[in-house]
Amino acid sequence: MHLSTVLLLPTMATQDAYSRLTPFTPVNKVVPVPAPSPDKATMPFMDPAFAMAVCRYDLTDAPLKFSVPISQAYTSVSFYTRADIAYYAINDRAAGRRVIELDLMTPDQHNDLPDNEEITAADRLIVESPTNTGLIVIKALAAEPGLLASAQNLLTSAKCQPQPQ
Amino acid sequence: MRLLLGSLFALATAALIGLSATWFALNEGIAYGGITIGAWTAWPKNGTPGIDPYARAMVARSGELPVGSGDGVTFYARADDAAHPLDGRCDVALSGTTPQARFWTLTLYDPEGRLVANSVQRHGFTSQEIIRSAQGNFEITIGPQARPGNWLPTGGIDRYLLALRLYDTPVGLATRSGRDTPMPSINQKSCP
Repeated sequence: MHLSTVLLLPTMATQDAYSRLTPFTPVNKVVPVPAPSPDKATMPFMDPAFAMAVCRYDLTDAPLKFSVPISQAYTSVSFYTRADIAYYAINDRAAGRRVIELDLMTPDQHNDLPDNEEITAADRLIVESPTNTGLIVIKALAAEPGLLASAQNLLTSAKCQPQPQ
Repeated sequence: MRLLLGSLFALATAALIGLSATWFALNEGIAYGGITIGAWTAWPKNGTPGIDPYARAMVARSGELPVGSGDGVTFYARADDAAHPLDGRCDVALSGTTPQARFWTLTLYDPEGRLVANSVQRHGFTSQEIIRSAQGNFEITIGPQARPGNWLPTGGIDRYLLALRLYDTPVGLATRSGRDTPMPSINQKSCP
């Protein structure tokens, strides 16, 4: 009983992060997540020092191209499966440019990439999603509360767009 | 008949014990692979596909998104160094240094993970806004009444917890002990 409830709970949860975000996040579009306040927060344990935006993705039809300009302080992009499992995260320093740019695709779509394309785009970052659907979470640090608006503003330039092959 | 009743009773007891074990495990935050340093505990594995089934169930139930391991790591404290539960009516001093990280944030939550209302709308600090001593150490006073220096208000709630998040840090899955990871100490000063 104990084992089965622990193992089944994640698949039956209706208040998990993905379900909480679904009502206001259209698929394959970057949407800002409101800053948490004592009365209202999209999710528990959100870090109030960060501006946050989410792209709820679906790779069924095509891979996705993602980009976000980096902020002055710290910017990170984290990837979660439909079951809210973090499978990849990258920050601005690891990206090493003024923009974090990457292609998100399923392992099958990655295999289908033409060989020559992979050579010409050797410096292109490809992230494989273990599931067709999931979340891209973009965060920009506001080092002090007065900088939150500009961090939120920066995230409005983030893009996630399907790229038909 | 007696055998049937006996078996039913045994099954019901087993189900009850199983369910209570699940409830207890998910509410008390029991998960494997935690790193405990002083009053602080982190579960870096929760930010990876290697997250264990207990932590998965906990995350699904609470609705939070764990910090991804390429992003950072979260340490939680529910009690001070002497194991007194953190009480919002008391003055608590958080002092010392933090492990190596490009940025860190400290946030105060109620036990359900909500921010706590207070008069100055302060819910935490970032490493950039903290006032430090000449040696680079800092002290934060956590309590219900305004204090000079770094004051983190508790709103007077009876139980709270602290989250110290390290971003872009070498601390993570490979961290084993507190030797290379100095965490700030938490000491209860006075209680009404």
